[in-house]
Amino acid sequence: MDPSQETGMLSPYRVLDLTDERGILCGKILADLGAEVVQIEPPGGSSARRIGPFYHDEIHPERSLFWWAYAANKRSITLKLDTQDGRFLLQRLVKSADFLLESFAPGELAALGLGYEALAAINPALIVVSITPFGQNGPYARAKAPDLIGMGMSGFMYLTGDPDRPPVRVGFPHFYLQGAAAGATGAMLAHAQRTLTGQGQYVDVSCQEAVARTLANAPQSYALEHTVIRRQGSYRQTGGDTFMRITWACKDGFVNFQLSGGSGAGRSVNNLIQWMEEEGMGDPSLSELDWVTLGYGMITKELLTRVVPPVERFLLSHTKAELFEGAVTRRILLFPVATPRDILENAQLQARGYFQQIQHPDLAASITYPGPFVRASGAPLRLRRLPPKVGEHNTEIYLDELGLTLEQLGRLREAGVV
Amino acid sequence: MQPLEGLKVLDFCWVAVGPMTTGYLAEYGATVVRVESKRRPEVLRSAPPFGGNAQGLNRSGYYANYNANKYGFGLNMAHPQAPEFVKRLVAWADLVTENFTPGTLEDWGLGYEELCQVKPDIILFSTSMLGRGGPYSRQPGFGPVLASLSGMTGLTGWPDRMPTNPYGAYTDFLVPRFAIPTILAALDYRRRTGRGQHLDISQLETSLHFMAPLLLDCALHGREQGRMGNRHPAAAPHGAYLCQGEDRWCTIACQTDAEWEALCQVMGDPDWTREERFTTLLGRKANEDELDQLIGQWTQGWEVGMLMQRLQQAGVPAGIVENSQDLFEDPQLQHRGHFVFLDHPEMGRHPVQRSEFRLSHAPGRFESPAPLLGQHTVQVCQEILKMDAAEIAALTEAGILEQC
Repeated sequence: MDPSQETGMLSPYRVLDLTDERGILCGKILADLGAEVVQIEPPGGSSARRIGPFYHDEIHPERSLFWWAYAANKRSITLKLDTQDGRFLLQRLVKSADFLLESFAPGELAALGLGYEALAAINPALIVVSITPFGQNGPYARAKAPDLIGMGMSGFMYLTGDPDRPPVRVGFPHFYLQGAAAGATGAMLAHAQRTLTGQGQYVDVSCQEAVARTLANAPQSYALEHTVIRRQGSYRQTGGDTFMRITWACKDGFVNFQLSGGSGAGRSVNNLIQWMEEEGMGDPSLSELDWVTLGYGMITKELLTRVVPPVERFLLSHTKAELFEGAVTRRILLFPVATPRDILENAQLQARGYFQQIQHPDLAASITYPGPFVRASGAPLRLRRLPPKVGEHNTEIYLDELGLTLEQLGRLREAGVV
Repeated sequence: MQPLEGLKVLDFCWVAVGPMTTGYLAEYGATVVRVESKRRPEVLRSAPPFGGNAQGLNRSGYYANYNANKYGFGLNMAHPQAPEFVKRLVAWADLVTENFTPGTLEDWGLGYEELCQVKPDIILFSTSMLGRGGPYSRQPGFGPVLASLSGMTGLTGWPDRMPTNPYGAYTDFLVPRFAIPTILAALDYRRRTGRGQHLDISQLETSLHFMAPLLLDCALHGREQGRMGNRHPAAAPHGAYLCQGEDRWCTIACQTDAEWEALCQVMGDPDWTREERFTTLLGRKANEDELDQLIGQWTQGWEVGMLMQRLQQAGVPAGIVENSQDLFEDPQLQHRGHFVFLDHPEMGRHPVQRSEFRLSHAPGRFESPAPLLGQHTVQVCQEILKMDAAEIAALTEAGILEQC
């Protein structure tokens, strides 16, 4: 890993990343695309370092796997922003920066004299991206919204879960990841404009709106047909009173198989029925229908009570691997409900060389990281920097770039500024 | 002015992930020509809900949400002369986008190398379920599949029940968050270096970045996190609680002592909250089923909006579990102007969703609703390709071009 040899798509650009775990993915996307991202942490380290799981369960700021996953490719300096010297140093860094990312509560940076207007006065070409639950102003701007609250208020939870239980969130917190990732789009749109005008601007991201954009047809269903779509567990609503089944138990876990009619899914269902018959597990309630001509969204609850049990029996008699192999050769739309181990062993990911083994020299260990989110033929994405230690690049940046003396840096360290 | 003014996009994307990606480009000023055919209509055009009280290929609200501002160009790709015609549009474009099964473009003779012969610095953006190459590259599938393959389904739901799929084609709406910055970075790279490139996104590989720490954990320790409903390893209460009315829920999440004490105060400090097993986090975690039951009994007396307001005022993280009607009535989304209402010739007035950010000097635009099938074929031929009426008529007659 030699950072100096790389030419990524965004290599010329510097990003100052003031976010914590709520905005951390934004800078990660830009860093993976080649930008030089400097994570600015409070002395003692970012709160994102307190998020588990931890390497061999050692609860330590340099052992957080959350941090490793989302801070790799970034550099780190420490800086206490609520001191005069801290503000002064940030203002100096802003002069040569192209982007500044932050996820403080609305108004918090402005209260420190570091709001967009103040920063733009120093560097009018700077793009500032703020990532917050609801945006900078409005009636909910100051509401408290950890992941669960956010996923509920964005319309996601109401649509997900078993009908006889409370609505559920995704089992890994996504609310802030969605907003943070959207911030990378906002940043790059502002950058596109800057290449035309030379001017920077302010980008105000709402995580609530980001998640509200993941709801497929649900908002429009209300607006156009006054249908409030509800959660259906392993089923899905295809119309007012029609359904399809999508999640099923099998011998050693679960699979995803869309039991519905229509041109695409119907052919796949017909193929599964044929397979069932070959194994002597067919059922007249299934074979009497042509699932292609049946059409999409035509399965009533009554029909389901007849067709689901035989399919359930067949799937339960096979493993995930058997079912997937059979599905591939028979053109059936069936995939395993993967566990993390299944993902690590996924043949397609292996064939594409997705996972990367990165040596962590201080631990004498090789760590498995997800590979790039895009294959770019001209400027490939690379894991070129290990996740930084707290303030690992203080010397590089404060001494070599800003020209502080060793003595000055020592004073700032002692005063708790860096 | 718009950030992407002057950007020319030849868009072969269909269904959700691709059109949503190019939808952002169109919202911020790009000229997007969407190629479609009546012979094999884009799947989303047939997907409910429909506007104007009737079904029809021009009436899907689902389609309309991702295709505003785009030009609808009717082209029969099954015609042997269609690929040659496409090259005229490639010569015009900066960016070609597609999300067919890998190999489809190549079968038409329109693979990346062939596009480069027409336009050496072209950027081709491809996205598919599993990426190009590898044993399962061409395995077909629909949206819900990737939430399952990426591990999200397996984590979502209750420990004593089957996993539950996140609603809709969830990962389709997550991939654009990586795809759009990549496209814009590739355009910037081309501006600086003169070089185009082929961008290949596997939706599975991209989606795994929303699961990354759990994959590191499994690779290192062999551990697999199970389903937890709405629970949190280090917070309680942490769940959705039933309120007045039908299927109305309020989320409550106490992560600190102060938040728990504030919740107790709003509940009127009932005796049970002072029992030792509920005063500490460890106590509440150990007795969480009972805790949830007691809080649920209390919330059932509340109207959900009032409860959220009261709890937030007291400093307790709480929120309405909003259904799709609530989203339209949500004061914050209204304040942000999240839903934009457009008039469509067949659907009438219908909502589209804006991007989730506000740029201080680029408002985004919604100048026209999603196109009718083939609505702008003639206009694109005339204005972009400078074709005369006779040629347009001849190609239409020959079954290559399709008009509205």
